[in-house]
Amino acid sequence: MILCKVVGTVTASSSGPMDHPGPYLLLQECSKKGESGKGYHIALDTLGAGPGEMVLLSQGSSARQTESSSQKAIDAVIVGIVDIVEDAGEVVYDKSNA
Amino acid sequence: MVLGRVVGTVTANHKEPRIEGIKFLLVEKVDPESMKGTKDFVVAMDAVGAGPGEIVFFVAGSSSRMTVTTEGKPSDATITAIVDIVEMGGKTVYQKDGT
Repeated sequence: MILCKVVGTVTASSSGPMDHPGPYLLLQECSKKGESGKGYHIALDTLGAGPGEMVLLSQGSSARQTESSSQKAIDAVIVGIVDIVEDAGEVVYDKSNA
Repeated sequence: MVLGRVVGTVTANHKEPRIEGIKFLLVEKVDPESMKGTKDFVVAMDAVGAGPGEIVFFVAGSSSRMTVTTEGKPSDATITAIVDIVEMGGKTVYQKDGT
């Protein structure tokens, strides 16, 4: 998994029986401290993540291992909303202070 | 999934029999901040009937076989959606058939 921040939403017309209707969020990769990095991803959100929140993004075939993405054309899914990142005993990101 | 713009088509007369009849589109990845192309290109199978100039997103890897069009086909990139709206930081940065 990688750390990302929610920066927006992507709306798309559904097209087929095997498609997931979404919602799809626009994510920007970020550092463990929550600083914006390079690279954007569109990910399926099943947790209700909101703008500015740090999330855990799972990619590839593993992204199909959730109830709602199973057997769907999904290669990126949000699997967690991050509360705290601790690095070597030090809290480097705390959602309540972010 | 990755945001991109359909910039062209790819035609191959001689190809794997299983992928006969599938449309290949040339997709340029797009930076959502500027909605401009990043000069990074991918050939993707089209599962949604996307056309030139449209903003789409595509699925990569084994998940790209999870569409009716590409099931059982040797695809590693499939366009699965035509994007209507991209919203970033509370602003609409892209709207289909609009500004």
